[in-house]
Amino acid sequence: MADTGVVETLLRLIEKVDDGVDSLEVAASLGVDHQVIVGAVKSLQALGDIISAELRSSKHWELTEEGTEIAEQGSHEARVFSSIPLEGLAQSELMVESIDDQVREKLLLVKKANTAQLEEKEKNELKKRKLLSEVTVKSYWISKGISFSTTITKQETELTPEMVANGSWKEKKFKPYNFEAMGVAPDCGHLHPLMKVRTQFRQIFLEMGFTEMPTNNFIESSFWNFDSLFQPQQHPARDQHDTFFLSDPALAHEFPQDYLERVKKVHSEGGFGSQGYKYDWKIEEAQKNILRTHTTAVSARMLYKLAQQKFTPVKYFSIDRVFRNETLDATHLAEFHQIEGVVADYGLTLGDLMGILHQFFTKLGITKLRFKPAYNPYTEPSMEVFSYHEGLKKWVEVGNSGVFRPEMLLPMGLPEDVSVIAWGLSLERPTMIKYGINNIRELVGHKVNLQMVYDSPICRLES
Amino acid sequence: MPTVGVKRDLLFKALGRTYTDEEFDELCFEFGLELDEITSEKEIISREQGDSKASGASDTILYKIDVPANRYDLLCLEGLVRGLQVFKNTLEAPRYRRVSPSSGEPQKLVITKETAAVRPHAVAAVLRNITFTQERYDSFIELQEKLHQNICRLRSLVAIGTHDLDTISGPFTYTAKPPGDISFKPLNQTKEYTATQLMSLYKTDSHLRHYLHIIEDKPVYPVIYDSNGIVLSMPPIINGDHSKITLKTKNVFIECTATDVTKAKIVLDMMVTMFSEYCSQPFTVEEAEVVYPDGKTYKYPELAYRKEKLSSEFINRKVGINESTEKIAQLLTRMCLLSQATGVGDEIEVEIPPTRSDIIHACDIMEDAAMAYGFNNIPRTTPRTYTVANQQFVPSLFLGHSCPLRQIVAHLSSLTTLCHHQVARTTLLPGLLKTIAANRKMPLPLKLFEISDVVLKDETKDVGARNSRRFCAVYYNKSPGFEVIHGLLDRTMQLLEVKSVRGDGYHIQAADDSTFFPGRCAEIFVRGKSVGRLGVLHPDVINRFELTMPCSALEMDIEPFL
Repeated sequence: MADTGVVETLLRLIEKVDDGVDSLEVAASLGVDHQVIVGAVKSLQALGDIISAELRSSKHWELTEEGTEIAEQGSHEARVFSSIPLEGLAQSELMVESIDDQVREKLLLVKKANTAQLEEKEKNELKKRKLLSEVTVKSYWISKGISFSTTITKQETELTPEMVANGSWKEKKFKPYNFEAMGVAPDCGHLHPLMKVRTQFRQIFLEMGFTEMPTNNFIESSFWNFDSLFQPQQHPARDQHDTFFLSDPALAHEFPQDYLERVKKVHSEGGFGSQGYKYDWKIEEAQKNILRTHTTAVSARMLYKLAQQKFTPVKYFSIDRVFRNETLDATHLAEFHQIEGVVADYGLTLGDLMGILHQFFTKLGITKLRFKPAYNPYTEPSMEVFSYHEGLKKWVEVGNSGVFRPEMLLPMGLPEDVSVIAWGLSLERPTMIKYGINNIRELVGHKVNLQMVYDSPICRLES
Repeated sequence: MPTVGVKRDLLFKALGRTYTDEEFDELCFEFGLELDEITSEKEIISREQGDSKASGASDTILYKIDVPANRYDLLCLEGLVRGLQVFKNTLEAPRYRRVSPSSGEPQKLVITKETAAVRPHAVAAVLRNITFTQERYDSFIELQEKLHQNICRLRSLVAIGTHDLDTISGPFTYTAKPPGDISFKPLNQTKEYTATQLMSLYKTDSHLRHYLHIIEDKPVYPVIYDSNGIVLSMPPIINGDHSKITLKTKNVFIECTATDVTKAKIVLDMMVTMFSEYCSQPFTVEEAEVVYPDGKTYKYPELAYRKEKLSSEFINRKVGINESTEKIAQLLTRMCLLSQATGVGDEIEVEIPPTRSDIIHACDIMEDAAMAYGFNNIPRTTPRTYTVANQQFVPSLFLGHSCPLRQIVAHLSSLTTLCHHQVARTTLLPGLLKTIAANRKMPLPLKLFEISDVVLKDETKDVGARNSRRFCAVYYNKSPGFEVIHGLLDRTMQLLEVKSVRGDGYHIQAADDSTFFPGRCAEIFVRGKSVGRLGVLHPDVINRFELTMPCSALEMDIEPFL
């Protein structure tokens, strides 16, 4: 709050005039700095419509430092003239008797604020010589407001415990709140978008009665990652170019022996109704440790475990990291999260798989689905899942699915009439779509933009 | 997934009708193919090499079609057209026959024992009286390339050599010799080179250099000679120039050398089934004999037709449809699997042609029936499977909501670790510090945490390693804020119902750790066991991550609480 004295004086001044006053003139007449008057105007404005103040700007000329010097002591030329003693000059006869210091006179005019007596040309000339400068001054034209009054009551900013206790709030006026301003940001944690979307997917699976698989084993043997899934040892996915192999610990050392023998047989000779791949299956290849390339390796372990007991139908899911030796670009990283759902029961059909996919994707807000025949070494039939994208006006792939091959299930010891259907998708892609992120490196990895994390809204996949 | 490029007009001509792009896309979708791109030679060149290079190139529209990785019979125009026509019921699948030469003995390829050390198998066949056109010839070369890229695993499992039979004379010998002893004029070269020279010549060849490693360090290299000592090929690298096929070639000798004989047979079957169409007696292939070092003789190509019996009930049950036995036999026939009801119950006899090496189980036949039926015509049903859901305990969830720290970073820095240092990460702290370094413009304080798995060696596990779940938090501000990190530990323990007492609860005690500033590090003990550390980071550590502010951190094992 500005000095109350100045505020009151200002109000009385305004009361006396019909139209209004200029803040500069007020400052001059009161003999105070202009800023003091500006402060008084601002604080009166904050009280409501007591006064109305219109911002004006005027230009006037001011002397520069050099100009001030000349106004006081004469122009350089004049000063030279006056400092030369007459007797010391050989050319004294050439000297004029006196000089007329026009520059000084002009500057003095400006100094006395009689600028109007100077012509524009003269002013510009002096401006060029850096003796004068044109200054813009902002002032207020102050007049009475709608609720003008010379007596002002101080407005309170906030309700205090004292006011509540003694009832003084009844007499007080309160400063209005600025509802345009933002509130204070709460001190809270922010979940990474990927984690928010993961939570939603977990929720969906849990709602559908799926049990979460333990996926805490990034390191997997080729046996569980590939061989158990009936993926042949010469398959390109088992190449160095696609998979991260471990150098230490390089090899897995323990396998269920009779199961391993059955896997070897189905690959190399066939069996369980299969021709097999008819190649020389090598334990050395199966032993190689890798960073798992899909969570289906976990599903394989779970299904094997299931087969070792009396069969009961199961629904499993997992969402966790997998690793591929991919060329990195805006949509590919060497590491991503795979979402996987698996159902094992007697007599499941391809129609069941499509039905359950329909339910799953409906929960994601995707209702238009169609299926394309595809190839996958461990599922037959295999289907790519496409959904109709309203924005792009075309069908886009949203996941992969299939029925696990008998060559995978029967060596595990699952009953022959049990079918296992499964599907998978990545977590990153729906997250990028949901949060409008184009470059995967902005979403995952240490280059993540924390502002994006702070700002990202809650995740509701169905809307 | 392999991609096959075919000229659109040529494809439509062969299919006997034209399609709009949308119609053809739809047909592909149904058949399990994908019309990946519609382009032209000109467009490809201008995209890859700039507009100036593309001016003279052809405007002919090309369809790039993605083919499933196990359908080698669809890797060329001939196969695609045949597959689609049979699928659309406009063609009956042809029968492929192996025939004896009309006169004289079959061509003979004799394998010597030296090949055992490098590439022990070979198969061969003859395409007699074939008529090439430029398009057919291009397709013939392209199919070899596609097979090499896919089933042949970049020639490591199988390598194909095709020769103008009229320029060479059998019997042929497949042997292996030291590279210095092999000398011939390779394809499209003007002079003779020894194998040793060739290997260095092709070191800089953008195409061939990828195959050199297959034999490079072997003491002997595989080589095929004719009866006059002319080199047909030095598999899997290059053919001889002498026997190269041209547009005028009438009789083609095909040899495939291999480390995997099953795949060699498939590859040979593919080559001959696809191109015997252009022989004077279409779909017939002249046999060749291959003699192994032990004297055993085999006749190729096998062109084996296998018969399988299954019930229509099986197909209906697996797919979830209800079709008659006859209808299902018709569906399968449309997939090049000639089928008929045997009349015994609902039994169907299915004949698997040599082109369908992908059919190895009844489930493959079932899938074909479903495809012909149309995946999208199958009623979508809900399985009756009754289960109760269960979840793994995820502490990150409650921590994320209740702790004062700013965020969970789903940290994937093991990615960078993997690529740059070739190790899986064993600690979470560097990832969080890197995240701070990448976000230095953000207002202070920065409070980050992560709950993630690290990988540790563990002999008791079958793979020799296990995951361990860690909790890591960092406080980055103008003051170190040890009390903030310490408070976080207290809060975490409170939520985990661990009391602040020695023995049964948790406590911290001073520890030495070069990561932390001396005297500002403590070890965390839970129920007497050390689970991690907290403290003020050593300035050297802060600097190394290009950070400028003091920083306190906590990292602990949370496996005991899972």
